[in-house]
Amino acid sequence: MIYNEEYETMPREALEAIQLRRLQTTVTRVYNTVSFYRKSFDEVGIKPDQVRSLDDLRNLPFTYKDDLRDNYPFGMFSVPMDSVVRIHASSGTTGKPTVVGYTARDIKTWSELMARTLMAGGVTRGDIIHNAYGYGLFTGGLGFHYGAETLGASVIPISGGNTKRQVMIMTDFGPTILTCTPSYALLMAEVAEEMGVDFKGLKFKAGIFGAEPWSEQMREEIERKLNLKAMDIYGLSEVIGPGVSVECIEAQSGLHIFEDHFIPEIIDPETEENLPYGTPGELVFTTVTKEAFPIIRYRTRDISILHPEPCRCGRTMVRMGRVRGRSDDMLIIRGINVFPSQIESVIMETDGVEPHYQLVVEREGRMDTLSVMVEVDERTFSDEVKNLQTRERSLEKNIKETLGVSAKVKLVEAKSIQRSEGKAVRVIDKREI
Amino acid sequence: MKVEQISIFLENKAGRLAEVTGILGAAGINIRALSLADTSDFGILRLIVNDHEKAKEVLKEHGFTVGRTEVVAVEVEDRPGGLNRILQVLFDASINVEYMYAFVQQSGQNAVLIFRFDDIDNAVAVLSRNDVTVIEGQRLYAM
Repeated sequence: MIYNEEYETMPREALEAIQLRRLQTTVTRVYNTVSFYRKSFDEVGIKPDQVRSLDDLRNLPFTYKDDLRDNYPFGMFSVPMDSVVRIHASSGTTGKPTVVGYTARDIKTWSELMARTLMAGGVTRGDIIHNAYGYGLFTGGLGFHYGAETLGASVIPISGGNTKRQVMIMTDFGPTILTCTPSYALLMAEVAEEMGVDFKGLKFKAGIFGAEPWSEQMREEIERKLNLKAMDIYGLSEVIGPGVSVECIEAQSGLHIFEDHFIPEIIDPETEENLPYGTPGELVFTTVTKEAFPIIRYRTRDISILHPEPCRCGRTMVRMGRVRGRSDDMLIIRGINVFPSQIESVIMETDGVEPHYQLVVEREGRMDTLSVMVEVDERTFSDEVKNLQTRERSLEKNIKETLGVSAKVKLVEAKSIQRSEGKAVRVIDKREI
Repeated sequence: MKVEQISIFLENKAGRLAEVTGILGAAGINIRALSLADTSDFGILRLIVNDHEKAKEVLKEHGFTVGRTEVVAVEVEDRPGGLNRILQVLFDASINVEYMYAFVQQSGQNAVLIFRFDDIDNAVAVLSRNDVTVIEGQRLYAM
């Protein structure tokens, strides 16, 4: 089923005409209202009226996460604050979050995109949605909530946490749609089993899972254990939140990008050259309808691939493959973004010396665990066990306080961390997802 | 009145200790006394050797992290109550022992106790005042 058939199944030519018109409006708007864009366009010597075709988008400069941080909190907004009706934020890389704003029309756009998303996932007016995405600054909870209401489905705004209560409500309220992160879905299956609740006895028919990378194996496991069809959703707050792209229940093969609102590109993260359809690279998004927080050529750092082939569901919008990694070294651990450089500065501050360290991420059961290996050298060595253990504990405490993620710190021998071409290998990700 | 002890950081991995003793053996270094403190992840090997400068040098050459600490060696008669008398003296003077280990001399007459104190000078003074025999480093290295 298709929520907005006119747009979602529009012939490519008509769609591209709309994209170009909207792109030109957006580019003119950001040039005139956001000093960051005026400056970055001027630096490469491009004026908004030089965007005459969709291909001209490639001449515009990229926007990086650092740019958002530099303009914290509201510097990238394109409207005065009295037009902003909502503010969201995502976890930041150095303590400060990335802040985004929405006008009333942006909320309406987002709600429609989420209604499209839900319907693509098989949701209709008669469904009851158990929405276990977090409500708050995170865009997940409210994004799904507004989409559900726009579609006319019933929504249970349960948010995350208190899993036993979630299972009780699932049993008693009989929701038919589950929305949450894939890892939380599997945790719910485990808790339900412990409580003697069988998902086969519940009424779920489909679920829309995202906000973290997952795999086909996880999809099979979720579908089997929760007895429903599992769809992948992609989004990021910098672009709009959830509702950038979603899989259709008909094909479950690639995520349709709502191209009438977002123009995707795939680039080589090293050369920054555009790559053709079917070649994996870094996803770059330009929003073409957003008012409060438009963004031009945003470097998502997510590695994906674009497939233009028509889909059996009837949508003409291009599909992106599952996100298969990152072009930077960001790790997502239990939903928290972690950069190795953050751990490095915590170690620097705690020990007062430049560390040799390595992060090892593993998945034990449903939980991601982070171990931080720190090499001991003469400056930090002690002949007393308690001193070394105190150091481990204080590193763990400082990492937890600074990054919000629990880590196990292990002291290791000098030069024991693998080095490649002289550089230490900073991250070993053993998670199989 | 102080003795040089070297300490080596070791991960709990099979064969690491043998590597250390192998390196020392090849360099002709004799181990006088030894103790190993360990946790689930790592261990600290403490050694008193006949030539601590050389020991430190060869171990560092092999990539080990080596520390140097001053400890106190005390001679005590090898009979029941010998250690207790010394600990009592330290307790009465409120001196905290960070760690200690012991070995028996070849003659079998006396035992040697190695103490690690925070305040080493005060500890040596208290022990001497109480007629405890504190062994000179040179004598111990040559034992």
